[in-house]
Amino acid sequence: MALLEAQDLVCVRGERTVFAGLSLALEPGEALVLSGPNGSGKSSLLRLLAGLLRPAAGRILWQESPIADDPQAHHGRLAYVGHQDPVKPVLSVRENLAFWTRLKGGADRAVSQALERFGLLALADVPGRMLSAGERRRLNLARLLSAPAPLWLLDEPTVGLDKGSVATLEAVLAAHRAEGGLLLIATHLPLALAGARELGLARYAGTEAAA
Amino acid sequence: MTALLAILKRDLRLALRQGADTLVVVLFFVLTVTLFPFGVGPEPEVLARIASGVIWVTALLASLLSLERLFQTDYEDGGLDLLVLSPIGLESTVLAKCLAHWLTTGVPLIVAAPLLALLLDLPADGLGGLLLAMLLGTPTLTLVGAIGAALVLGARRGGVLISLLVLPLYVPVLIFGVAAVDGAVAGFPMRPHLMVLGGLLLGALVLSPWASAAALRQAVE
Repeated sequence: MALLEAQDLVCVRGERTVFAGLSLALEPGEALVLSGPNGSGKSSLLRLLAGLLRPAAGRILWQESPIADDPQAHHGRLAYVGHQDPVKPVLSVRENLAFWTRLKGGADRAVSQALERFGLLALADVPGRMLSAGERRRLNLARLLSAPAPLWLLDEPTVGLDKGSVATLEAVLAAHRAEGGLLLIATHLPLALAGARELGLARYAGTEAAA
Repeated sequence: MTALLAILKRDLRLALRQGADTLVVVLFFVLTVTLFPFGVGPEPEVLARIASGVIWVTALLASLLSLERLFQTDYEDGGLDLLVLSPIGLESTVLAKCLAHWLTTGVPLIVAAPLLALLLDLPADGLGGLLLAMLLGTPTLTLVGAIGAALVLGARRGGVLISLLVLPLYVPVLIFGVAAVDGAVAGFPMRPHLMVLGGLLLGALVLSPWASAAALRQAVE
């Protein structure tokens, strides 16, 4: 049975139909790589599935019940990594991560473990403003581990990462799927994701302004 | 509950480490009020007559100064997405952020007010009324301001826009805040005015989180 399902999604931004008639279904442990040229709606699809955007038409289901019926429960089961890294300059690395972890109901113990996994433990007391772009991105990704969620929505997570960190991310993604987690990822960098399906968004490109 | 405390603690910590923000609000309040004796002349009777109005109007303007940063930084660094996506309702998140904002701007204004009342020679009878009225009025300013701050996210020159949106809505607080002080000075009961201020606060407590949350959801779309 598909855990996450989307039926006939239509996404309209401004006056433009970004994509239409898009359906997808994901089972536990599955990964879906979103591909397509700039502006084809990869980020919009991830934000739709997160519940940040509302579809112009179509439904999104989790275990066969619409996510719009209980948005808070849906928020509790997903982790979203967008283009920006929400790191407060005056808070330390640990304080930054601990905040997002508590907000999701995660345990403080998991914070250190997540920092260690992404090689940030040595920087735990460094204020956020001192971090490089790659370190900020790793701190953002550490949220995935500190507050576990079955559905991961990642928008270009490899931006700014060095080779070693990309390998760490691949291992983290593999472990997540091994535990039955779902993964939707938009990426231009080919990531090692065993058995991942690909969804080309160009196929669903909308025509001119919705009537 | 842990999540709400986490938001409150983080915002207080941010305000403490960026202490300049709170300091600017209080200094603006104090400096602007001290300008009035220069402008209208030093006669104690005149100053005592206008003291309550001057203090209240300046407090309104001072609290406006800090509103822009209520959601702006979270909006700019993408944190707002995650706040919207937190499993606790966005309405409660707004309340926690407003409480932190009031503690770091409203409370310092209340603390500074007696000093300014003394400066303007406000009769001692009015002091208690001023403090009580500000205690009830300043949280309303924060709550109503939050709606404006949420609405202007993404707009250019949002700070100016907030003033235009929010200042008209501050008028009831101003009227009853000043009336409470003037009433106390003139020997009338201030209770009715304080009750109205309390009512305004309760109304804002119910309406503002809901309206601000709707505006924030719109902002992240």
